[in-house]
Parts: sequence; C-alpha cells; structure tokens
Amino acid sequence: MAWTKNVLRINLTDGSISKEPLNMEWANDYLGQRGLATKYLVEEIDPNCDALGPDNKLIMTTGPLTGTMVSTGGRYSVVTKSPLTGVLACSNSGGFIGNELKNAGWDMIIFEGKSPKPVYLYIENEKAELVPADEIWGKSVWEADEYLHKKYQDPLLRIAAVGRSAEAGCLYSGIINDLHRAAGRSGVGTVMASKNLKAVAIRGTRGVGNIQDSAAFMKATTEAKKVLAENAVTGEGLPALGTQVLMNVINEMGALPTRNMKEVQFEGAGDISGEAMLEPRESDGKPNLTTNAACFGCTIACGRISTIDRTHFTIENKPEYWGNSGGLEFEAAFALGSDCGVNDMDVMTYAQFLCNEDGYDPISFGCTVAAAMELFELGAITTKETDGIEFKFGSAEALAKAAEWVATGEGFGKDLGLGSKRLCEKYGHPDLSMTVKGQEFPAYDPRGIQGMGLAYATSNRGACHLRGYTVASEVLGIPVKTDPLETDGKAELVKAFQDGSAVVDSAGICAFTTFAWSMEDIAPQIDAACEGDWSVDKCMEVGERIWNLERDFNNAAGMTAADDTLPKRLLKDAANVGPAKGRVNDLGKMLPEYYELRGWTADGKLTDETRARFGL
Amino acid sequence: MLKSLQIEPEKCTGCLQCEMACSYEATGLFNPAKSRIKVFTFHEEGRFVPYTCTQCEEAWCMHACPVEAIVVNQATGAKEVLEDICVGCKVCTVACPFGTINYVQDTKVVAKCDLCGGDPECPKACPTDAITYVDADHTGLERMRAHAAQS
Ligand code: SF4
Ligand code: SF4
Repeated sequence: MAWTKNVLRINLTDGSISKEPLNMEWANDYLGQRGLATKYLVEEIDPNCDALGPDNKLIMTTGPLTGTMVSTGGRYSVVTKSPLTGVLACSNSGGFIGNELKNAGWDMIIFEGKSPKPVYLYIENEKAELVPADEIWGKSVWEADEYLHKKYQDPLLRIAAVGRSAEAGCLYSGIINDLHRAAGRSGVGTVMASKNLKAVAIRGTRGVGNIQDSAAFMKATTEAKKVLAENAVTGEGLPALGTQVLMNVINEMGALPTRNMKEVQFEGAGDISGEAMLEPRESDGKPNLTTNAACFGCTIACGRISTIDRTHFTIENKPEYWGNSGGLEFEAAFALGSDCGVNDMDVMTYAQFLCNEDGYDPISFGCTVAAAMELFELGAITTKETDGIEFKFGSAEALAKAAEWVATGEGFGKDLGLGSKRLCEKYGHPDLSMTVKGQEFPAYDPRGIQGMGLAYATSNRGACHLRGYTVASEVLGIPVKTDPLETDGKAELVKAFQDGSAVVDSAGICAFTTFAWSMEDIAPQIDAACEGDWSVDKCMEVGERIWNLERDFNNAAGMTAADDTLPKRLLKDAANVGPAKGRVNDLGKMLPEYYELRGWTADGKLTDETRARFGL
Repeated sequence: MLKSLQIEPEKCTGCLQCEMACSYEATGLFNPAKSRIKVFTFHEEGRFVPYTCTQCEEAWCMHACPVEAIVVNQATGAKEVLEDICVGCKVCTVACPFGTINYVQDTKVVAKCDLCGGDPECPKACPTDAITYVDADHTGLERMRAHAAQS
C-alpha cells in the first residue's frame, strides 16, 4: 500500500470540501505524485483551458514513499497547466510539507474553480477548512508564514504559500514551502494566486503506514541509504558543496551559460562557485555558507543555509535580511550569476532570498534579467524603462533592483515578470529569448553537452534539467560515461533518463538520489512499500507511460513538433571558447531517432500502436 | 556497561530520520509527531538541535510521579513509563526541567525515551552520527578530544 488512498477535493468557487478514495487502478498505472496527479489533471481539465482561469485545476500531491523512512522521502509536487508554457506544469519540492500532508492522511489535494475572495486552506488531519486570507493577502510568503504560525500557536505547522509576485501576475511564480523550498518552475504559484488561494497550512499527526512488507521495506531502505552514503556525489560532494559542486566543473567543460547564453564560459565562475561559498569574507570572517541542511527524511542534505555579508549594499540597512536562510543552488547561481555576467555572491544570495520571500523562480527570473540586459545593451530597452538604472551585464545593482521589482510587480518588474519569451517579443527581438516552449534554460549549455539539447527540446515542461538529466552520464559518468560532444546514442540516453525521472518524481523521492541509485536500487523500495508488482521493468514501463501521457496532453494543448526545438543561438552560433569551441547543438541529428524510439510519428504525435501499448 | 545517547547538534542536518525511527519503533507508524526525540530548527541561526531525555540518575519525573509509574530499567538505566499505571496527571511533565517527558492525548498517558530497551533506533537511523549510543562514561569524550586537538 503506502498510499493513504484518500484524495481531498476543494472547490474554491463554492467552498465545498470533499473526501474521495484514490483511484487505485490509476495508481497501479501511474504510481503516485507526478504521474498519478497528471492522470487526474488530464482526465479533469480541458487542455485548451486558460491556465489562469477557473477551469484550470491545481493538484498538490505526494508519492507512495513520501513520509516514510526512505531517504529523501519528503517530496511533493504541484501539477497544473502552466501559464508560462501553456502545457503541463509539474514542480517538485522538498522541505517538510509533503510529509505533513501524508501524515494528515492525504495523498493529494485537488483544487478546482476560483475563490471569490482570498482564502487559505487549513488542514489538521481529517479536518480541512477554507479560511479568509485578508490578513495575509498582499503579504510576502515569509510574512504569511509567520502570521499562520502565530495564529495557530503551532511551531510545527507546515506551510506552503505564494508571495506578492504571484499576486501581481508574474508568470514564473512558484509555491514556497517551509520558507525556502520551492515548487519553483513553470508558474505553479501564479496559478495558485489566480485562484485566490494564498496558502496551505498543514498539521498531520496520524502517522504514515500502509507499508506492504515492513521488514522488506526497512531492509531495502537501509541498504539504499548505504549506497547514498558511500557514493562520492551523494555522500560527499552534495553535502559539502551542494549542487554548487558543479559550477567549476561545468564552466571548465565550456557548458556554463553566460551572458544570456552568448558565451559558454564565465570568467567569474570561481567567485560564485560552491567552493567560494566556503571562503571566509573580509567583513566578518564568516563564509557565505553556514551549514548544509536536509529536507524531510533526506540522508544526503544538499540544502544551503547562508547569510549575506551585512556590509553589502543590498542589506546594510535591512537587518531583516541579516539572518540565515536558504542560499544558492547551482541552477540559481548560474541564472543569477554567469547568465547575468554577475560575479558578486552577496547580491546573488540577496536575489535568492527575495525569490524565496516572494515566491518566484530564480532560474526563469535570472534568465529573464539576462535577456533584458542584452536588450538594454542593444538599445531596445533604455533607462526609461529601468528607472534610470544602467541595465548592463555584470551589474549587481541592476540584479538587486530587478529582484525587488519582480517581488512586488512594481515598475519594470511587470515586464520582467512576463518571462524571457514575452519580454523579448515585446521589445522586438524574439530570437534573444533563451527558452524552450516559453520556459527559461537551466545551467547546462547544450552546445557543450549535446544530449541536454535533446532533453531540453523534448522536455514536457519546456526547458528543464530535471526531465532528463543526461549531465549525469555526459559529465559525471553515471551510470556510464558518454562523450558530451557526441550525438550518437543520445536519443536512447535521453529517453531512458526521461522515463527514469518520471518514476522518481512519482514515487515521492528526490531526483538527486539518482546520482547514486539506479532503478535496481529504487524499484525494491517501491515494491516493498506498495501493493502490486513494482519490478524494475514495471517501473520503467510506468515511467514511459507517464511520459506519453504528458506528451499527449501537451499535443492536445496545441504543442507541435515545431515546438521541440532550441533557440537559434544554440543551433546556429558556435561556442566561442572551451572544449566545445566551434560546436552548435546538433538537435536535428538526434530528434528523428528520438521520435522513432518513442513510438511517435514524424510530427511528434503518439502512434495508435504506442497509445495501445500504454492504454492511452 | 551502561550506555547513553550522545548528541552533537553541530552534525545534525535536520532530516528527521531519527524522529521517524523513534515513532516507528514506538507506534509502528512513521509519525514525527509521536517521536520521543525532537529536532529543533533555529532558522535564523542556521542550526538544528536534536533533543531528548538524558535519563537522569535521580530523575525528577520519577520522583514526582505519585503512582510510581516511572521505573528504572536496571539493564539500560532508562527511566521507563509503565503505561498501565500512569494516570495521566502530568506532574512529571512539570517536574522535568528539560521538557523531555510529554503527555499524549491519544493514549492518555505520558511518553518519554526508553532507549528502545537498550538498542535505540535513533542513532542507527542518523546519517551524520549526530546521535550516537556510547559508553556512559564516555559522553563528551569526543568533544573533549576535538578541543584537545585545537589546544
Ligand atoms: S538531496 Fe537535497 S533536495 Fe534532495 S531531498 Fe535531500 S536535501 Fe532535499
Ligand atoms: S537523524 Fe541525525 S541528522 Fe537527521 S535530524 Fe536526527 S539527529 Fe539530525
């Protein structure tokens, strides 16, 4: 079992709340979390609905392993239709709220409709109620968090909320839980705010059980934890340096997106790397990083808890930012750093704090600022728009201001909140937007890591590293080393990573376990916890089914093969330095083979045979 | 040989594996709310501190109990709650200076760490050795050693 088998349905339009049994037939086909919630969404919404209208739904969902002793078993996901991409959004977060939802006795919450007035949802085990949110609407995530903790006199209440950016309509707002963990990508927070839903506060004390074979489960999870502890990445690299362990590595291989992806190496990479976060600073002798921290149940503990230098211009007069909070992860560090040409770790940490405080995605934000900087240097954007600020690459001041504007949606923050695609269109240079399907790129330039080009182009939620992280193989040699500059064999590699990730995201565990765990490690843990057969083969079949389900929805939402592409810059302008010098991304060589492997037609649609194979 | 739980907060990452292990041993469910070891987060300071009963020799809770529901397990040194005898008066929760014995609404009696009968689960679950189960004469020895190394 492991599922609680209970679904909480909240109709925000009329305020009705109901409990229904989880569809176990679907659970057997889609496992949980990402897969299962997508199945619910696909069955319940019109793919062409307005993502920000009442017809869209938003699902908060756990996996069967969430809340158990499996390592990293604290994950939850938010599934909805994205306002940024117009296709599926599925954002995954750690922290503690996933476990709390499960402990309260729920596998998922389905929100439908739109509340006439701002509300929040309070859950205490069986009890769920919508409460007017007048006191916290218009407030930041951090303020809402403090208010709710005080109001319920419960320090252990777990809270997920949207910030002012989402209320202001920023298209890449996320949902922040536990102050600094985020269901960050694709604008899931924007959808939540569009429903007048400010926060979800949960207290769960019922316990998670329903383990199919407890003895086998404890044995499998203990063994798998050992694998994580003994692995160099999950046992040493991630706890010590976090995902920032990658900054110097990716820069050296000429794949660090720099200055809106004009370049592939950043001269300031060393200044913003994981290693630099450990260097004592001049002012107080303390390093940026205070400690590493774990999400619920995680034995890796990659999280960064950081401070900003108190003498830094961004916060010298703002003591409210002098304490510790969630610091820079690699994806944020590239987006706020190299992609903007900024090498000032304090301003980047400040921007990261604001991203958490007011709930917006640092990747999309940083990349949109980078695009704005390029537009500024071209003269398409001027100081008239930027309130007199020289919006140039490398400007710490511009980055700090941009972060403040987007947090509240004021001034130029409105434009920046549109995301790179719409911003570049508005200012007449659509080609300068570094996006796929409207979503900004993560930290790996696909000219230097060829497989990632295909992974980005075909990702079911627009440019994303978590939908098929071939970096593991192409850079780190996991599970086998492949040549990052080679295109042969990458279609197969991308497909295997995509299907595997779909399983991980549907189980309730963290993607980072897969630096050490293969499906041979993961399947036995699922199998011991859940009823039914969860062999490696079954898991991979479920992963592939999920991928096809997502693709099918996206096609129905109007996406075509023409959208499986990359910006011209990456396909036409060769890398100027580094090991990939002279290379573009050879997507054209990989894509047809990929479609064939997937069992799709030449225009990217599921064939009848594929449909039949997965019961779609 | 008597053993004690030794806690080194500076190693803790706040993962709550210990809370799950504790609640699973005590209740059969993964339920941090029912754990007898608690990990506190001091967000602003960036600190995680696991905390539980230290099994005082002259235990305040034991002396305070009017019905002698708290007894010493001679083998482990743990002060254990006899659930059948406990009347739920909560006097022990007032007496304990550390707050590590707590009333539980569901069972209507108090609960505290009992060292799992001599084979505690939390140190086994802790991935960072922030909790270890050591010879009672050696609590603090590691820290002493670390300081000695610096002198
Ligand atoms: S590896 Fe990092 S992100 Fe994943 S669960 Fe652990 S602490 Fe959270
Ligand atoms: S298991 Fe260890 S690291 Fe995790 S919260 Fe408990 S004491 Fe801290």
